[in-house]
Amino acid sequence: MAVPLARTPRRRAAARPGQRGAVTVLLVPFFALFGLVMVAPIGYAVWMSLFQERSSGLGFGGTERVFSGLGNYSRALSDPAFRTSFLHIAVYCVAYIPVMIGGALVLALLLDSALSRAKRFLQLALFLPHAVPSMIAAIIWIYLYTPGLSPVTGWIESLGGNWAFFSADHALSSMINIAVWQWIGYNMVIFYAALQAVPRETLEAAVVDGAGELRIAWQIKVPVIRSSVVLTLLFTCVGAVQLFNEPKILSSRASSLGSTWSPTMYIFKAAFERHDYGLAAASSLLLALAAAALSFIVSRIGNRGKTA
Amino acid sequence: MSTLDLDGRQAVPGTLPATPVREGPGPDHRPTGRSRRRRPTGALLSRAAVNGLLAVAALYTLMPLAWLLIAATKDHGDLFGTGGFTLGAFHLFDNLRAVFTADGGIYGRWLLNSLLYSLVGSLVSTLICVAAGYAFDKYHFAGKDKLFGVVLAGILVPGTVISLPMYLLASEAGLVNTYWAVLIPSLVNPFGVYLARVFSEGYIPNEVLEAARMDGAGELKTFRTVSLPMLAPGFMTIFLFSFTGSWNSFYLPLMMLNDQHLYPVGLGIYNWNTVVVNNPEYYSLAITGALVAVLPLIAVFIGLQRFWRSGLTAGAVK
Repeated sequence: MAVPLARTPRRRAAARPGQRGAVTVLLVPFFALFGLVMVAPIGYAVWMSLFQERSSGLGFGGTERVFSGLGNYSRALSDPAFRTSFLHIAVYCVAYIPVMIGGALVLALLLDSALSRAKRFLQLALFLPHAVPSMIAAIIWIYLYTPGLSPVTGWIESLGGNWAFFSADHALSSMINIAVWQWIGYNMVIFYAALQAVPRETLEAAVVDGAGELRIAWQIKVPVIRSSVVLTLLFTCVGAVQLFNEPKILSSRASSLGSTWSPTMYIFKAAFERHDYGLAAASSLLLALAAAALSFIVSRIGNRGKTA
Repeated sequence: MSTLDLDGRQAVPGTLPATPVREGPGPDHRPTGRSRRRRPTGALLSRAAVNGLLAVAALYTLMPLAWLLIAATKDHGDLFGTGGFTLGAFHLFDNLRAVFTADGGIYGRWLLNSLLYSLVGSLVSTLICVAAGYAFDKYHFAGKDKLFGVVLAGILVPGTVISLPMYLLASEAGLVNTYWAVLIPSLVNPFGVYLARVFSEGYIPNEVLEAARMDGAGELKTFRTVSLPMLAPGFMTIFLFSFTGSWNSFYLPLMMLNDQHLYPVGLGIYNWNTVVVNNPEYYSLAITGALVAVLPLIAVFIGLQRFWRSGLTAGAVK
């Protein structure tokens, strides 16, 4: 969706010697740390995932590490708790993504329509939850779900309703609400910013042709910000795969969630409660693989639509 | 990586607000010359509907923060005894004193830790990102596209997923339970490199570099004395996002740190929250502590609006 701007022509094919030195100095800090923080740990995790801790002899005398090949991977994959945690994330995505991205898109279009007022204030108000650390956001909402402490439960009761936020039936929607609260405004601002790239001439022409606001929104504006939507979708999926804070904190009240609701919770438990580092490393890598596959699929679908 | 091809990248600088070298209209200054004047009652109705929906959304996002603010002014009895939005007796200062003296005054320590992790980490990280992004924008070198592909792939690596591998490596290196365990991972910010490249394209005309070279300035000196100052607004934007990222970081410190004295403030409040079920008096501490931890960031975001807006704009138009 590039707005046609002249590309700067390449002025030289190869860097001059002085420039090569500068490039090295400028790039080395980033890539050295990148290797240290991203590449090396993954390599080490691959290595760790090939070993298991076995208690030696009669159970006393500590444990020893033995090579187990892909044993940890098959242990993770055959563990119903690990498989179910993926299912949880899939269900979560199906419910959460349309609400959050759809909501953000609708809000951005509303804000971009000629009818809305106080655009700056609304952007700020909707964006503010993003300034709240997600763990603190989860805690605030937990309190807002707690009967006696929360005004919300009181409002529902005064309307004659009854809603147990921590019950097995409603725990998922309670979790989704926390995530929507944190992300809807953030993505709304992204979409709204992208909407500013819609050429005014196109909009005026559409108005002259008698198109209403709704038609302009869906047939002109949405296609223009399509790549922003796909990108947001991509980041939302990557975020959903690593969901931890919300279910972790919610599970302290909503016991139906259990301690391995999401894959990251499963990994955390494997590492820090069971001290089974081989299993934790293997499940981390499986999760990373799943995230990569999901990213690939989402971007493929997004790009296919773009060229079609 | 085909996922994040940068075909649309050139479009970005023109839409950046607050760009010193261009005078394109920012997002909010677009002339609204497209309102129509037919069917006045219908228009009035839809105007009410549009603004009503937006107001409901704003109420939804602001309500929990307003509740937090009010709850922080109540003592324990009023917290449970009065409605969430009715004011009780004013105990904000007592609560603040309690927060800063509880458990031997550890909350202040947590705040300072957070400040250290976020401020120092983000400053260094932003400098590294800007240097790399600038190099990607202004120089041609062998393997550039491949290297940038690595950066883009890095954006998609889920941070939580590689936290455990990081922990395993850090414990091998003996870094677990030190400041370094949280600080070093926060220095790497591939998205910051991407943003820096975009900003460098928008803020620094190539002619300026040519002129500096004519004057015989070395490349690195040019970067330091000419380019870096021109990149200041972009630096600020990347710093802001990096700072929030560090301030909000929870999973990594949770893994890496055992010693309460090294906790960032978020992890500390999480700890207080875990005991509220058995010790309800900790509710006040957690609530007021959360407010104190959140307010600085909210103030920063309100004060630095143009910077996060330009960051999101640059991120949006790919």
